[in-house]
Amino acid sequence: MYRSHVLVCGGTGCTSSGSQQIFDLLKEEIAKNGLSEEVSVVQTGCHGLCALGPIMIVYPEATFYSMVKPEYIPEIVSEHLLKGRVVTKYVYQDTVTEEGVKPLIDTDFYKKQHRIALRNCGVINPENIEEYIGTRGYEALGKVLTEMTPDDVIKCILDSGLRGRGGGGFPTGRKWQLAKDLVKGGQKYVCCNADEGDPGAFMDRSVLEGDPHVVLEAMAIAGYAIGANQGYIYVRAEYPIAVDRLNIAIKQAREYGLLGKNIFDTGFDFDIELRLGAGAFVCGEETALMTSIEGNRGEPRPRPPFPAEKGLFEKPTILNNVETYANIPQIILNGAEWFASMGTEKSKGTKVFALGGKIKNTGLVEIPMGTTLREVVEEIGGGIPNGKKFKAAQTGGPSGGCIPASHFDVPIDYDNLIAIGSMMGSGGLIVMDEDNCMVDIAKFFLEFTVDESCGKCTPCRIGTKRLYEMLDKITKGQATLEDLDKLEELCYYIKENSLCGLGQTAPNPVLSTLRYFKDEYIAHVVDKRCPAGVCKDLLSFSIDPAKCKGCTLCARQCPAGAISGTVKEPHVIDTNKCVKCGACMEKCKFGAISKK
Amino acid sequence: MGSKSTVPFHGTKEQEAQLRAVIAELKDDRGSLMPILQKAQDIYGYLPIEVQTIVADECGIPLEKVYGVATFYSQFSLYPKGKYKISVCLGTACYVKGSGDIYNKLQELLGIEGGQCTADGKFSLDACRCIGACGLAPVMTINDDVYGRLTADEIADVLAKYE
Repeated sequence: MYRSHVLVCGGTGCTSSGSQQIFDLLKEEIAKNGLSEEVSVVQTGCHGLCALGPIMIVYPEATFYSMVKPEYIPEIVSEHLLKGRVVTKYVYQDTVTEEGVKPLIDTDFYKKQHRIALRNCGVINPENIEEYIGTRGYEALGKVLTEMTPDDVIKCILDSGLRGRGGGGFPTGRKWQLAKDLVKGGQKYVCCNADEGDPGAFMDRSVLEGDPHVVLEAMAIAGYAIGANQGYIYVRAEYPIAVDRLNIAIKQAREYGLLGKNIFDTGFDFDIELRLGAGAFVCGEETALMTSIEGNRGEPRPRPPFPAEKGLFEKPTILNNVETYANIPQIILNGAEWFASMGTEKSKGTKVFALGGKIKNTGLVEIPMGTTLREVVEEIGGGIPNGKKFKAAQTGGPSGGCIPASHFDVPIDYDNLIAIGSMMGSGGLIVMDEDNCMVDIAKFFLEFTVDESCGKCTPCRIGTKRLYEMLDKITKGQATLEDLDKLEELCYYIKENSLCGLGQTAPNPVLSTLRYFKDEYIAHVVDKRCPAGVCKDLLSFSIDPAKCKGCTLCARQCPAGAISGTVKEPHVIDTNKCVKCGACMEKCKFGAISKK
Repeated sequence: MGSKSTVPFHGTKEQEAQLRAVIAELKDDRGSLMPILQKAQDIYGYLPIEVQTIVADECGIPLEKVYGVATFYSQFSLYPKGKYKISVCLGTACYVKGSGDIYNKLQELLGIEGGQCTADGKFSLDACRCIGACGLAPVMTINDDVYGRLTADEIADVLAKYE
């Protein structure tokens, strides 16, 4: 028995800021103090507060140390772990109160969260199957195999109201039912989409890194429900930690007889293979993903036939995303009613969001459906840093849209987000402030789509390219008001005529910014001005003679030799020579240079 | 990213033996072309036409199919990478925090475009889409080192570490 457990985050965010070194040092220092028998150090998955990494939590009191530096370790070990005195100065300051240090779950960041999919992330050691079993892991699989028929399982998932968390929001139980009933018997497959391609979203990665067994267990349950004995996980090669942990988990599950032949002695066989994605956004589309597993260019196929009838290797197949699977064992154990009691009328349960961009608490949050954007951004996310003003929240990645402040109080669920011109998507939520130009953001997403369009159908391959060119023209101040009408017309054409979801949703970033931020488009077109000061071709830099002290620093910085003036006299910028790099403005100590 | 390689192919006998062993092990699995190409890239660092030809011949599939797959996915590179592989995240979270400026600064300092490698074979530069370290935005990686919360004027100092 250990008297204390120290949990060090080993997710990608914290690893990137050096948590491996913290973990090693901690073990070393604990051994040096002769505490190895009393204090255990565990490397866990993501805790969610990625902006504060590397993070470590000391149990039983749940003291939360953030942005831990190697030099803090000796003091934390000798003071806190040896003498029991919390080193308050290194603790996350939001947990420090007059009555002492409060646990992490009482902070604003965690208070409004409800963790189902992330319940084990940051709590268990993901590389040890026994810790998963210790939190009721594989109990749902046991219950399904010994007490339920496949129809019972499907009914339970249907009744829970669970909808696909990858973006589409299709009812999961319905998908399973089709795969079971459309074709009776024969070879079928269960696939997991872990090719999280939406830039700025990392929910699935955290589940895979922090709780890999939940995905394996849920896939086996799905296999039993539809009559499949083989699963494939298609995971991004760019997630090396997730791939390692999945490999470890599969190996351990096989050793424990929880994957393989005759699971729980019930005669049910199920095994899982990993396939690494090679960086193609379109492979998030279900038919493209299956084409890719088959070893081809990941191009989508027309539907019907739907995968439930003819999917991977032409056999009936279901594909669900990681977060969807992460909910399944909990639904089986706690019942459909429990799950359906959370959320809104048509969107049940919780949703994980990756908060990013201009927000204080960057990281991962899981909230009940129906929480408002205001609660997410202001309360959980801690608001916008540097006193800047909120402009928009982008959800749904390249397929989604930008939500303006006027919709701050809309409860987040699948249908509401579509009604306001965005979509749930896989759960990226990027906050933008007054310094972000919405035309530039639309252009950014279109550049992405042009790059990622597979090229199979013309509306997407050529249409998105033309959209990008029109947006480029706008950001350079060369467009007319007529171009704005053409832009919108082309958006609808692409939406209606593209083959797959990638093309059909590609214009959404343009349409939603046109809908809510048309004034910014008009400023670019009519006034030849970028209100946020982002679009370089429309900027001009100038020096305020009243503030300039003539220190010459800017003139020495300028790479183009565009600034002239004599010492101690106000300087001037030659706008014909200026390359608008902004180096002068960055260096000026007197705030004399401005752009507009 | 129209990058061309002027570096001739220098595959060794050992690399070829390794590749042939990998192909022999995997080629009968269904859909094994991508796993084979991933291993091949691990062995050679990139997928020149010489390597694609071996894969095509050994697997008994047309070279154009191998080439089609190798050029479809951004993970596969037909050209060699630098000793230090620089990758700048242009995912949304990094982009709104200014990773575009970081990317431009690197192109300026290295004198190459994205997808290219410096003439001395030292640095290659690529853009990537989200490595999932959004809390550290904007982020770039050089081989396995991660640099977060960067500003454009820190880039020169970071590069100097690899001189």
